[in-house]
Amino acid sequence: MTLLDTPRKHGDASDGGAIGARLSRLDGKLKITGAATYALEQPVDGLAYAVLVPATIGAGRVARIDVAAAKAAPGVRLILTPDDDLGLQPATDWNNVRASDGPYVPLPRDIAYNGQPVALVVADSLEQATEAARRLAIAYEEGPVTPGLDSPNAGEGSPLDQLSVAWGDAEAALAAAPVRVEAEYHTPREYHAAMEPHGLIARWEGDRLTVWEPSQWTHSMARSYAEWFGLPPENVRLVSPFVGGGFGSKGFSYGFGAIAAAAARRLGRPVKLAVTRPQNFAAYGGRAATRQSLALGATEDGVLQAIVLRGASETSTVGTWVEQVGAATPLMYAVPNFSARQRLVAVNTVTPGALRAPGKTPSAFAIESAIDELACAVGADPLEIRLRNYAEEDPQARKPWSTRRMREALAEGAEAFGWARRSREPRSMRDGHQLIGWGLATGTFPVIRNYGEALVRILADGSAEVVTGATDIGQGTYTILAQTAAEALGIPFERIDVRLGDSALPGAPVAGGSKLAGVMTGAVQKAAIAARDELIALALNDPNSPFRDTGANTLILADGRISAPRGDGPVVSVGELLGRIGRERIEVRRDTLPDHLQTPEGRFRAWTTMTTVQGPTAGDYSMHSWCAHFVEVRVDEDFGTIRVARMVSAFDCGRLYNPKLAESQWKGGIIMGIGMALLEEGLVDSRNGRVINNNLGDYLLPTNADVPDIRVIDVGIPDPHASALGGKGVGEVGIVGVAPAIANAVFHATGRRVRRLPITLDALV
Amino acid sequence: MNPFRYRTAADPDAAIGAALGGATFIAGGTDLIQLMQEGIAAPDLLMDINGIGYSGVASDLDGIRIGALTRLAEVADDPTVRARFPLVREAIESTASGQVRNMATVGGNLLQKTRCLYFRDRAAPCNKRAPGTGCSAFEGQNRINAVLGASAHCIATHPSDLAVALVAADAEVILRGPAGERTVLLESFYRLPEDRPDIETVLEPGELIVGVWLPIAAAARRSRYVKVRDRASFEWALASCAAAIATDGGEVLEARLAVGGVATKPWRLARSEAALVGRPFGPGAIREAAALAAEGAEPRGRNAYKVPLLVATVERTLMELRGAG
Repeated sequence: MTLLDTPRKHGDASDGGAIGARLSRLDGKLKITGAATYALEQPVDGLAYAVLVPATIGAGRVARIDVAAAKAAPGVRLILTPDDDLGLQPATDWNNVRASDGPYVPLPRDIAYNGQPVALVVADSLEQATEAARRLAIAYEEGPVTPGLDSPNAGEGSPLDQLSVAWGDAEAALAAAPVRVEAEYHTPREYHAAMEPHGLIARWEGDRLTVWEPSQWTHSMARSYAEWFGLPPENVRLVSPFVGGGFGSKGFSYGFGAIAAAAARRLGRPVKLAVTRPQNFAAYGGRAATRQSLALGATEDGVLQAIVLRGASETSTVGTWVEQVGAATPLMYAVPNFSARQRLVAVNTVTPGALRAPGKTPSAFAIESAIDELACAVGADPLEIRLRNYAEEDPQARKPWSTRRMREALAEGAEAFGWARRSREPRSMRDGHQLIGWGLATGTFPVIRNYGEALVRILADGSAEVVTGATDIGQGTYTILAQTAAEALGIPFERIDVRLGDSALPGAPVAGGSKLAGVMTGAVQKAAIAARDELIALALNDPNSPFRDTGANTLILADGRISAPRGDGPVVSVGELLGRIGRERIEVRRDTLPDHLQTPEGRFRAWTTMTTVQGPTAGDYSMHSWCAHFVEVRVDEDFGTIRVARMVSAFDCGRLYNPKLAESQWKGGIIMGIGMALLEEGLVDSRNGRVINNNLGDYLLPTNADVPDIRVIDVGIPDPHASALGGKGVGEVGIVGVAPAIANAVFHATGRRVRRLPITLDALV
Repeated sequence: MNPFRYRTAADPDAAIGAALGGATFIAGGTDLIQLMQEGIAAPDLLMDINGIGYSGVASDLDGIRIGALTRLAEVADDPTVRARFPLVREAIESTASGQVRNMATVGGNLLQKTRCLYFRDRAAPCNKRAPGTGCSAFEGQNRINAVLGASAHCIATHPSDLAVALVAADAEVILRGPAGERTVLLESFYRLPEDRPDIETVLEPGELIVGVWLPIAAAARRSRYVKVRDRASFEWALASCAAAIATDGGEVLEARLAVGGVATKPWRLARSEAALVGRPFGPGAIREAAALAAEGAEPRGRNAYKVPLLVATVERTLMELRGAG
């Protein structure tokens, strides 16, 4: 082979390289066979077991806790209550802001939500701790409860002016529009319900703390622990090699972690805290409930003239989480007049948090339902109306898309689904008692960029290691980083080891925002190329190298062997070369930080906060992933039961580093979307703000029987602006648009428009 | 989970003796372990009865005797059950998951506790769990609660699918206690909640379910169990109907109907049955019988949809049976 014969790369699996190959997950077998050690399974000697005790009132204060009976229970070592001063300091938040007023109190006397921790009981066994916790006599002074967003006493909340978006004169254009559709859309509290619940093991050795805790962001969580306990950052190590699902919930440290680590320090003994499944519904927040009043104004042909969104979402009384209901609204369609505003309503809940595609998901439910309503109002096909209003550029940022293959997604999805055979009228397709409905909706997720750091080692046996503190929460980090290193190094994929999930390892951003793959493949590629270049330089220049006298000015590294470009001369394996030149290893550490962050402070900030994140319109382009979902539902005409019969979804996520894993992420998102559409809702008792279906028997998630055959189609092309290797975000876009696609299909099946999720049979029977 | 002792009973008398002393029986444990984990049940002594016999399905000309310790999966797989009692097989196969059905026993299934959200939450007042504390569901999240057989003290539904099918099949439950065996019609085995929802059955202290007797009846051959729920599997019924019909020349000779998911106990529909018997098995009689199913229904807020759903479920079940004639 000569250099001129080098095949052109297309950026997909047809290239035949390691990147783009349909490889199975490196961690798959470990997880399937039980060999992967999760945080709470770490063998740690001398463990004591902690049990968290949650409040059973929705608001008020702990009057007193009588610990006498619990203390007398067998095996009890420690009980922490609001009477204990844990001596903690506040930690820095993701905006790099650290509260300066007073201590951090994770066991406060004031109760802001039902389920808030009020005590921790530690004993020699889990059973002893559980039993002792039951013996605590807790007296409360109950206060008035605001149970939820739509409660009569919740009020209108406060405006979030920074989220207001406006161009043109939307209200006037809406008033003047010949066709208007206006409706209110609701989404409930939803929960991550990861298979692996939260929890941790905390072990102190002097003033050094090791925490085993499932994590989407080891560096930032370690920083929180360090700051709580007033330790230098290097004194805390947070370890999380495997995570049983995060979905946004495992990016941050929570109060229960601080309490457990404080208990371990006090006891002088490692402490394990397993947050029980019911406690997982209040120890950290799920997706906030939202409400959107959305009005579309259009011509009689369905060409949008105005969009007016007035939204609200809930947060807690003690923290701020904004579920941005306008996140997708301004991006989806060309519209000359637009206005979106949002209010934030404080209620008695744990502070909500990020759940797969935060903001975009409820946002898409409203806009993608509304556009379907508009299609019905003007007698247009739901696919056609999306093309009529196609956004050729970012309507808000007024920047060109980097890539937007939405037309292709709609066309290829429609083709595969058979959309052209759809009958227009609602309730016009049936099979026996089953009313058949076909629905369509689209989704989006922004390309978010950040920086990363990786270490690549080429070892004496010719294998290589990739090392970084980034985490694999199931999305495939282990696998794609091995693929990236294999391709850059010219060492076979099977000979690459990847070490992840440890805050002591090189820096990485959160495995969230669908950005980790793009960020870390870039960092690994950079480090691997540098390692390869160093190896080749040694091969060309080392006195003991067989290539020393070949006269070549570069060398080829492929399949673990080094050769001259023209194929003449020796062919030597990497291991053999290292042996000849007397090197045990080549080790290179590289990051992708820009110059202004190449300081200790800059690096620390990059790895532990969100302040170095660049949004989708930070550059010359507006960059997003896109998708189109086509759904067939079957609704029993008498029972109102809804089953998704089949789905076809087409995605533009740029270049796929591993199509098999990308498809798995898409399908996972779609399945979560089916749950959101039809099943999931935290049921709150309005008298005390308690989420009472706080277990997997009563908080319903889709079972296999609820998940139909899902066909996913890749319509993406490499996007050179989005990331070093051309990929856009994969992990979250799959859920966006599923709920409205199903709602639209339910409408098509039944003629009933349901604007409140989940859509259950009581709305249809 | 509270500290408890665990013993294995060698024979029925040992089990009964232990129960008289306050022991709680455990067989499959699919419900009890959950209740213990959440602190809803806190037995001091668990008596494992898996080794006392009473397992297996035995049939003769008059009927089928199912040992109380037979696993649900085994009952559903039994050839006689499959041939003679399709409603029983269908009820079991719509219950929980394959893994649960491999563990759960017939006796345990008949005694499983309600899924009322408040019964399962130790922090909530609940007359069934903690007598005299009140009913949280009455004015609370009661979408899954009962519209039939409720009282001001309790609106919890009975969760069993199998019990509904067995009640429709005129099954008897065989009890063994300190004074020997007795047999009770399953329908009469369950009590209405009235003012003591904590007392769910007529079981006497120390008594143990040892079997179920299913009398062979012509009607049971032509039978169905239809279950309506939010998700497609592994969920309790929002409404279900077990129906068995015998016809002669198109006329209904015998009709047995029971519904689940809507009532505080497996709910036999005597008036609907009467509306069918002696009439042609056609849409008119079926609709009338279905409408009668909801007679006396008292919805409480979020469960109002169960009234039309119940009617639709009964009607569908009967129409499917008519089609299967």
